[in-house]
Amino acid sequence: MKAIVKIGLKPGVLDPQGRTIARSLDHMGFEGVANARQGKIIELDLKSKDKAEALKQVEEMSRKLLANTVIEDYEIEIIEQN
Amino acid sequence: MQSAVIVFPASNCDRDAATALERVTGRRPLMVWHEETSLPRVDFVVIPGGFSYGDYLRSGAIAARSPIVKDIKRKAEGGLPVAGFCNGFQILTEAGLLPGALMRNTGLRFVCRPQTLAIVNPQTMFTRAYKDKAEITVPIAHFDGNYYADAETLNRLKKQGQIVFKYKGNPNGSLEDIAGIVNEQGNVLGMMPHPERAVDPVHGGTDGIALFKSVMEALR
Repeated sequence: MKAIVKIGLKPGVLDPQGRTIARSLDHMGFEGVANARQGKIIELDLKSKDKAEALKQVEEMSRKLLANTVIEDYEIEIIEQN
Repeated sequence: MQSAVIVFPASNCDRDAATALERVTGRRPLMVWHEETSLPRVDFVVIPGGFSYGDYLRSGAIAARSPIVKDIKRKAEGGLPVAGFCNGFQILTEAGLLPGALMRNTGLRFVCRPQTLAIVNPQTMFTRAYKDKAEITVPIAHFDGNYYADAETLNRLKKQGQIVFKYKGNPNGSLEDIAGIVNEQGNVLGMMPHPERAVDPVHGGTDGIALFKSVMEALR
């Protein structure tokens, strides 16, 4: 079982790195980028064989460590592997 | 006053903090390794600056989950005075001992220079010895010092006098120019500037001394 946790800043929280990326794309001639937000992806290899249980675990991991919920949101994707 | 300085892998202001504490209190602080599960009997704890765990994941995130921080949390809730400077402030917010978070500086630059601060609340146990002094100058040296809290938290901080220091000339995009705050009880201080690096004329200033003196007075 694999979990992919996508972490990004909450809407409304200023993201100076994202803003700089958008500006740089504009400088390079890529038009039409209104906004960019930077985040991170954490991949976890899990021992669990049960999808629901895995999701519950990763949910707790995200809340307690992977994301800082004061400023960040997270999204979890569980991928079953054979 | 017996103090302690917590040491994490890649703390780098732990010895500065120890030197400052010894100089002001006349007693050498205990250096406590982060893997310890309980604090020795002390009157005051400093969480020093640095780059604990290489700032992996988020500044202060990993250190905030270390064994010693659990015990610090328990004792701080019981009234033990705790101060975190720079990375120490980041660790205290990550540990939930202080509200808000410290984000990347809006200028995307590491800022390192003497910084003037306004003392917003001179009544705290960390500022009382400054007396009528309205401003102090101490060094700042950080990449993630941009204080953020949601509107509700910010209002509460303001209303309850929890904002202790504000920057004069905002160096990092911090909301409301916030440089340092205390918890509701008033016994936990977090600040990005480094008072421990302003305790000797050769540092370029001695405005940090009164912060440590304040704690001593408050405990007397």
